[in-house]
Amino acid sequence: MQATRDFSHYVRDAGSGLSHIDLAVEGVSCAGCMSKIERGLSAIPDVTLARVNLTDRRVALEWKQGALDPVSFIDRLAELGYKAYPFETADAEAAEAEQSGFLLRCLGVAAFATMNVMMLSIPVWSGNVSDMIPEQRDFFHWMSALIALPAAAYAGQPFFRSAFRALRTRNVNMDVPISIGVMLALALSVIETVNHAEHTYFDAAIMLLTFLLVGRYLDQSMRRRTRAVAGNLAALKAETATKFVGPDEISQVPIAAIHPGDVVLLRPGERCAVDGTVIEGRSEIDQSLITGETRHVAAERGTAVYAGSLNISGTLRVRVSAASEATLLAEITRLLDNALQARSRYVRLADRASRLYAPVVHATALLTVLGWVLMGASWHDAIVTGVAVLIITCPCALGLAIPTVQTVASGAMFRAGVLLNSGDSIERLAEVDHIIFDKTGTLTLPELEVVNAADIPEEALRLAGQLALSSHHPVAAAVARTANARSPLPGAVEEPGQGVRGYVGGRELKLGRPAFCGAEHLPSDNACLDPEASIVAFSMGETRYLLSVRQGLRPDAQAVISALLKRGIKVEILSGDREPAVRAAAHALGVSEWRAGVTPADKIARIEELKSGGLKVMMVGDGLNDAPSLAAAYVSMSPISAAHLSQATADLVFLGKPLAPVVAAIDFARKALHLMRQNLWLAVGYNLLAVPIAISGVVTPLIAAAAMSGSSLLVMLNALRARRVAQGRP
Amino acid sequence: MEVLVILVPLALGLGLVGLIGFLWSLKSGQYDDLEGAAWRAIADDEPARQAPRD
Repeated sequence: MQATRDFSHYVRDAGSGLSHIDLAVEGVSCAGCMSKIERGLSAIPDVTLARVNLTDRRVALEWKQGALDPVSFIDRLAELGYKAYPFETADAEAAEAEQSGFLLRCLGVAAFATMNVMMLSIPVWSGNVSDMIPEQRDFFHWMSALIALPAAAYAGQPFFRSAFRALRTRNVNMDVPISIGVMLALALSVIETVNHAEHTYFDAAIMLLTFLLVGRYLDQSMRRRTRAVAGNLAALKAETATKFVGPDEISQVPIAAIHPGDVVLLRPGERCAVDGTVIEGRSEIDQSLITGETRHVAAERGTAVYAGSLNISGTLRVRVSAASEATLLAEITRLLDNALQARSRYVRLADRASRLYAPVVHATALLTVLGWVLMGASWHDAIVTGVAVLIITCPCALGLAIPTVQTVASGAMFRAGVLLNSGDSIERLAEVDHIIFDKTGTLTLPELEVVNAADIPEEALRLAGQLALSSHHPVAAAVARTANARSPLPGAVEEPGQGVRGYVGGRELKLGRPAFCGAEHLPSDNACLDPEASIVAFSMGETRYLLSVRQGLRPDAQAVISALLKRGIKVEILSGDREPAVRAAAHALGVSEWRAGVTPADKIARIEELKSGGLKVMMVGDGLNDAPSLAAAYVSMSPISAAHLSQATADLVFLGKPLAPVVAAIDFARKALHLMRQNLWLAVGYNLLAVPIAISGVVTPLIAAAAMSGSSLLVMLNALRARRVAQGRP
Repeated sequence: MEVLVILVPLALGLGLVGLIGFLWSLKSGQYDDLEGAAWRAIADDEPARQAPRD
């Protein structure tokens, strides 16, 4: 049975007889790649559009409907040397994109209004010093009002909405003082204009909105970029399933196109992408991604299999039980729900600051008004002074203090291979003092590797790798990967359940079970030491070798653990795997605290125990069994190879083989939190200087504008320091 | 100074044209790929296009 690939699920109708598809492409990084891909794809007849987006690393393609199969584009890109896969925009990403477009429109409106109002304000400022005719000044003020009022009504929407939402739930966030400040400034300015007064604050109000929108947009675009990368990685995992479209006809389709009740074929060496029940066949499956247990489990008719299970030996037919995302072991789902509910809502630094800030500022403004009235000033003058206090304290710098640092820090983390799932995770990550690692797939690599490759002669390893390419068995795949084999040995034959046989230069080569290769009597010294390893034998004529295959530790795991300990963070291993395996890993890494055979409920109990001791616990795990504890921990992290649910639950996701991103993320987060606090103090310091001036009633719009832009620039420049952390400094 | 009555609205009108231009460029997707646009500007030639869409 030969499976055909069917990507019609991803093809959209672009109208006027054209089809459209978006592909995520790996390895596009420069202008050269861009033109190479665009030329290569445009050369296919009937392609009307091939455009690379270098920021998102995607290609948009359009072609005459029915003329081409999307598979041909992926093959063409593979010929050009790029791995590509159809991409479907997730709802969350589409919403982010829309939101960021809206913010950019608001920013555009606010920025143009600021420029034009400033053009009118500067003549008034200088005219007040020399002698401007009052009618001219009124004309300039009315023009400013004409621009500033509609612009603020449009560009202020993000702040007004958020402030309204907060007030409705009886909360205060940073947008409340912003909205009140802007509205009062505008209202006062209109009244002053009607009264032919000297000073109006249209410029200050609209400039404030512009600065704050810059901060908002930066924050938004960082999150959008992270989502785009995460979306690409998800697409490039290219999760497909082999679905039966007829009794004997199979087709390879994307997971999104699989529905409950479908029957899929699971060949040896394939990772199951769906949840379901075995209806035919017999095999062994590796469920380490689900339970953390590395020992294989027997599967036969009636066995439940879960997405992420690796099929080892036989071919299985699986009936899909539920759609790809909404599934799981009932126990894990229940625990996860509980943990998510119990997850104490973390109050962001910015909100904590604004809870203190808003009442103080509004009380100061009120006291100023009352004070001036008591001292004999008119109500009109007292209110003007009070509003000036609000304008000068309007949290421009405060509003920028945190998003700018977050943007810079998340950019730096991104380069270090860490993606953020939630915006406040940087703040929480910085406070971590205890880390719990899962073992399987987190401290170890998710893929198998040959651990004693160094003991095997190079020539033998090369031949074994070539021979292994003829088998789908995961252990054979590990041998091929370790040997870096590219071309299979011609004429090699697989004997199911035994191994692979081939001939080179008249010598018989065998790779498989020790008995199959006649190597069962060979002294297996390292096999006795290593309880987790699968042993395969390789024979060349009469020479025989034993290869020990297992999940290896991540290459820098030991260095990372000691780096964490050096930073004063306690490290602990909690694994669902058997005791000997966990003990070996803990011993190799120098971790004294470890527990084996831990159930998901036990993991949560341990986290709660640590939390009640006042510790800020970070959980790092990948398995489905880790998902509840990822949600229960103060902050959590997953490798990109993790199960869907765990990845979605974790606050941060790290890429690649090394474990180093964990340390890098903590370093960047600590530096970022330090800078956020510093920025808040800068903003407070600015207020301490400016507020007495405002209270004394000598603030002019010129002073307000200068103070506002000065403090905002200072805070933004300070935020740029979050890009670097001193190497080796805790 | 009556000329201000003409000049100021004229200046604002020009500003408005700029704003509309910005909003149009935003809508037509010119800010979707800022990195790619930077490279396209210095690319030797545009990739060969197939028959224009019509």
